[in-house]
Amino acid sequence: MLEEVLFAGFGGQGILSSGMLLAYAAMAEGLHVAWVPSYGPEMRGGTANCGVTVSDLPISSPLVAEPTTLIAMNRPSLDRFEGDVVPGGLVLYNASLIDREVLRTDVRVLAVKANEEAERLGSVRVATNVMLGAFLAITGAASLRSAAEALQKVLPPHRHSLIPANERALEAGARIASRISSKLGLWGPGIGSVQP
Amino acid sequence: MDKVLMEGNAAFGEGAVRAGCRFFFGYPITPQSELPHYLARRMPEVGGVYLQAESEVAAINMVYGAAAAGARVMTASSSPGISLMQEGISYIAGAELPAVIVNIMRGGPGLGNIAPSQSDYFQVVKGGGHGDYRLLVLAPSSVQEIIDLMAVAFELADKYRNPTMVVGDGVLGQMMEPVELGPMPDLVLPAKAWATTGTAGRNTRNIVNSLYIQPEELEKVNLRLQAKYSQMAKEEKRWEEYRLDDAALVLLAFGMVARIAKAAVDKLRAAGIPAGLIRPITLYPFPDIPVTQAAERAKAFLVVEMNAGQMVEDVRLALCGQRPVHFYGRTGGVLTSVAEVTGAAKEIWEVIE
Repeated sequence: MLEEVLFAGFGGQGILSSGMLLAYAAMAEGLHVAWVPSYGPEMRGGTANCGVTVSDLPISSPLVAEPTTLIAMNRPSLDRFEGDVVPGGLVLYNASLIDREVLRTDVRVLAVKANEEAERLGSVRVATNVMLGAFLAITGAASLRSAAEALQKVLPPHRHSLIPANERALEAGARIASRISSKLGLWGPGIGSVQP
Repeated sequence: MDKVLMEGNAAFGEGAVRAGCRFFFGYPITPQSELPHYLARRMPEVGGVYLQAESEVAAINMVYGAAAAGARVMTASSSPGISLMQEGISYIAGAELPAVIVNIMRGGPGLGNIAPSQSDYFQVVKGGGHGDYRLLVLAPSSVQEIIDLMAVAFELADKYRNPTMVVGDGVLGQMMEPVELGPMPDLVLPAKAWATTGTAGRNTRNIVNSLYIQPEELEKVNLRLQAKYSQMAKEEKRWEEYRLDDAALVLLAFGMVARIAKAAVDKLRAAGIPAGLIRPITLYPFPDIPVTQAAERAKAFLVVEMNAGQMVEDVRLALCGQRPVHFYGRTGGVLTSVAEVTGAAKEIWEVIE
């Protein structure tokens, strides 16, 4: 198993911490992991992205140049990274902020209105974890339970009040992905696409 | 054993603490600021001293002073800051004091940028400051290896009474990987009879100095230093080999780039090209042993660096023209990729075949 996931969005969307959550969750399950951040000079409002590699073998290059999955949280991220995804890979995008469809026809696509979903759960700040929940349900890279447990480590103590909202976000994302996949048989060997 | 996810810069700090380092003097600069940030919290927990100096020049001279007093001491900076420290590093080398300096290299020359780079190879390996001196130089390529090599860095510094530099780049500094820390080691540090700790229990004064007015006297010091560097060259070369046994095309890379090159070797092997990798772990002394050994089977070498071609000169020196040595590099803080390295290697292989 080798998953090379690129989380991309703008500063403040929790891009780096969602990536870290995946890394912690997979590490807890005994997998090899690496987390590499890259962000613009401004912490908030600038572009932010991080690459997370999860593998059952030792990781040689931890740099995610050709992601197996792209989680795009805003339009500039989709524009910039859509072309890099490996053929047959997965594109999860935030349809709340992205007003176009994915142009690639050789990748699997799932659009999720992550901001709306997150707001419904209590905080727009958990939107990226809605996407992470969907990713985990589709790929099985780590269990939802490991991700939920890792929240303790990723969130600083003064943010632990947000753990329940984050757990709900992970579950909601997983539910959305499973509902769609069971309906369409989407995540099997073929190429599928679910867009608004 | 339980693993923890740790950032590279923090691992330099934790590795130092576990190696018995209790004094840190430094000045912030991206992309290594997480290291002093980590130690500002960690040093007080172990009864150590964290001090943010007013400049890099002050920091390295504080290191000089603490090392003279026999402390396990370190500083850290990034390329432009390391340039500012060169006078002090030369003094520490001349006074034969053990100290550890971490350089998280960034794009240069000049202020350059904060992106990852390896363009300080010449500076750290060939001198940097004035005078005939050498540093021991270590180049980890994973967060676990940072922890392991920081212990080695302090041991070697003490063994040779010589400054050791540990180099990384911005990616290695800011990436996170699992590490096994284990329990805090119970260290018994070697006694330092030469340290300037006062004359209690002693009749003679210890003097730490790098000033020798008489040329003949300074020449003796230089000869002693050179003998020490020869011993390092004999005993301290370290490297990792990967799929090297039957390699006809040998890649060389250090630090983060070695991991990209390792992935490239796998791609090349999958394409039927017998590639292998030598990863120098010590940059000084340069591990020429595996290079000359590999030349017995290899048809060509490819050195990959994030600079315009620096370590490649040491590879050419090791081979003395026996085999063609090619170079592929990116500069200015641009990361190379597995695809680029694989492509460069394939072009070389096509010419050979």
